[in-house]
Amino acid sequence: MKRIYSVLVENRAGVLCKVAGLFWRRCFNIDSLAVGETDDHTVSHMVIVSSGDDKTLEQIEKQLNKKLDVIKVKTFSEQEAVSRELMLIKVHYNRTNRRDIMENCSIMGAQIVDMSGSLMTIQICDTPERVQMFLDTFKTIRIVEITRTGTLAVTKCSESGKDG
Amino acid sequence: MTGAEAIAKCLINEKVEYVFGYPGVAIAPLFDSLYGTQIHSVLIRQEQNAAHAASGYARISGCPGVVAVTSGPGAENLITGIATAFADSIPLVCITGQVDSTLMGSDVFQEADISGACESFVKYSYIVRDVQDIPRIMKEAFTIATTGRKGPVLIDVPVDVQHEKLSHFFYPEEVKMRTYKPTVEGHAVQIKKVISELSRAKRPILCAGGGTFLSGAASLVRIFAEKYHIPVVCTMMGLGVLPTDHPLFFGMVGNNGDACGNRAMNEADMIIMIGARVADRSISQPDLILKGKILVHIDVDPAEIGKNAGPTIPLVGDVSHVLQAFLKEDIRVSCDDFISQLCAYRKQWKEQKEEARGKNSPDGCVNPAAFIHALSEAMDGNAVYVADVGQNQLWSCTNCIIREGRFLTSGGMGTMGYALPAAMGAQLADPDRQVVAVCGDGGFQMSMMELSTMRQYHIPAKVVVLRNNTLGLVRQYQHLHLHDRFAVTDLGEYPKLEYLTGAYDMEYIRLTDNADIQDAVRRFLGSENSVLLEAHVSKDALA
Repeated sequence: MKRIYSVLVENRAGVLCKVAGLFWRRCFNIDSLAVGETDDHTVSHMVIVSSGDDKTLEQIEKQLNKKLDVIKVKTFSEQEAVSRELMLIKVHYNRTNRRDIMENCSIMGAQIVDMSGSLMTIQICDTPERVQMFLDTFKTIRIVEITRTGTLAVTKCSESGKDG
Repeated sequence: MTGAEAIAKCLINEKVEYVFGYPGVAIAPLFDSLYGTQIHSVLIRQEQNAAHAASGYARISGCPGVVAVTSGPGAENLITGIATAFADSIPLVCITGQVDSTLMGSDVFQEADISGACESFVKYSYIVRDVQDIPRIMKEAFTIATTGRKGPVLIDVPVDVQHEKLSHFFYPEEVKMRTYKPTVEGHAVQIKKVISELSRAKRPILCAGGGTFLSGAASLVRIFAEKYHIPVVCTMMGLGVLPTDHPLFFGMVGNNGDACGNRAMNEADMIIMIGARVADRSISQPDLILKGKILVHIDVDPAEIGKNAGPTIPLVGDVSHVLQAFLKEDIRVSCDDFISQLCAYRKQWKEQKEEARGKNSPDGCVNPAAFIHALSEAMDGNAVYVADVGQNQLWSCTNCIIREGRFLTSGGMGTMGYALPAAMGAQLADPDRQVVAVCGDGGFQMSMMELSTMRQYHIPAKVVVLRNNTLGLVRQYQHLHLHDRFAVTDLGEYPKLEYLTGAYDMEYIRLTDNADIQDAVRRFLGSENSVLLEAHVSKDALA
């Protein structure tokens, strides 16, 4: 079972290491991890997607809460969240596949953000499933480089009443 | 005022009596600032033992133990001591010197990333980058170490920060940490639930762990048990919560525990775990043992509740607060039939133990059970018995008579060499109390350099070495599970302890015959000098 942890932490050196170290030391999975500063520069927001049985997922929440650099932990399922992931993918193109690539981009709402005679970089920002789906369309195309942010998530507005 | 002087002033503000440590260039400014103050710096012979000594001090004084060591190898040597304290939730403040902050990260001489290395077994760690932060960090460190689930806190201080000038020293009275608010009071609804279940239970049992001592609640456990007439068992870390011969005490649980304690747990219909982790050595198969029972788990650390066993009633809070809340209730608990049954088990178990103590041992050896029983029986009522790790620990757990005293050991980490330095710390915490360290010859050799510290600082703790020239507990495992192939467990016959004690000007007593136990114990406990008793036991004796 997948679970999303939205974790507010002190924006200090070493905190990412402490949180990631907790997952490593207790053999918890990290499916994805995204970090960034919030509107308050003393606070960072980590979005961690993990998976495991109910007991493990409960322990993750408890152990995160125990960390002294952790301000607040919210946890929710994928269904309760609005999730997005950004991917940049740099591919080789040629005369024969260029049109297909552009069509796929158009269908999936991706944008070509950089280009040279043989390379193009495409940006897609969508749900993690649709980002994966888009990536799967590149099976026959030579990929040079991929970078993904990992999942960013907030609870749906209709769920927000529960946690303020 | 320099950073080092500020740290010293913070320690004085915290009423620290002793700093256990070992100097080096990177921590020399701090020791210099302590020099001539009311704080005694104790020069331990190896850094790991500084943490163990601070642990023994903390467990007996109820105040946090303080350690200071230098950077690189000094800090690295401390790691096992910190991990040992973490496993048993002992409050320590460990200050490590660090290389100059401008050189950090460049792998200079004696540089080690100690806060990174210790991350998974400290409660919290700091690297001091700005000298002005010292008072706040020190106050936070002492607060974190001593509240909630207690534990070690590490403060890494670069040597240039120790030299830098503080513009203004202000020691805060309280900490302002938005992320740290341990739950102390138990939830009223959960407390009512426990009381309601307890009034219905026919076979309730209290199982006390080390948390009862950390919370200062051992006497409350006794009052609670006596008020409602509920039987009590304990984990290894909870030994001493009730006197061994208390009518409501039914032994220690776990795979090294007593048959009586484990039967009591198995047959109970309601188990109240107080300040215990439901750890693998106490309850190895929680699902099996707890099936069909009501489990109440009281612990200050919410992450411990449900980690190893899903409780029926979780109760997060400080043990002493929760017990005080229980004591305000007025209910009737009727479990006299259960107690009678347990008394029968206890009688049978005591007879078995007595029989085991009466058994002969091979020539030149004493029966360890008989020796430990006699030793602990002759010790002062409030004495501190510090057991090391190995067979000596298991023999101690099952045969030591505890009255109003304490039983200290490294239960969580099982760190060999703990007893001798911890006994020194315990003795410094309470100089008038009788303190005895009981070690095997393996563990003793891991910390025997501290005999020098004991002699230098006139620490009168007494030392017992159970001598069998082997790593007994591993040998026992090899005997039971590895077809008597005794790989790498033979310690040989050195050192000759009569010569070693001579080197330290200590009195030496050798015990090799069961008939001499009483006399040896009398001489050992009665000695005014620093004394080591070597009791020879058989390699083949099982714990």
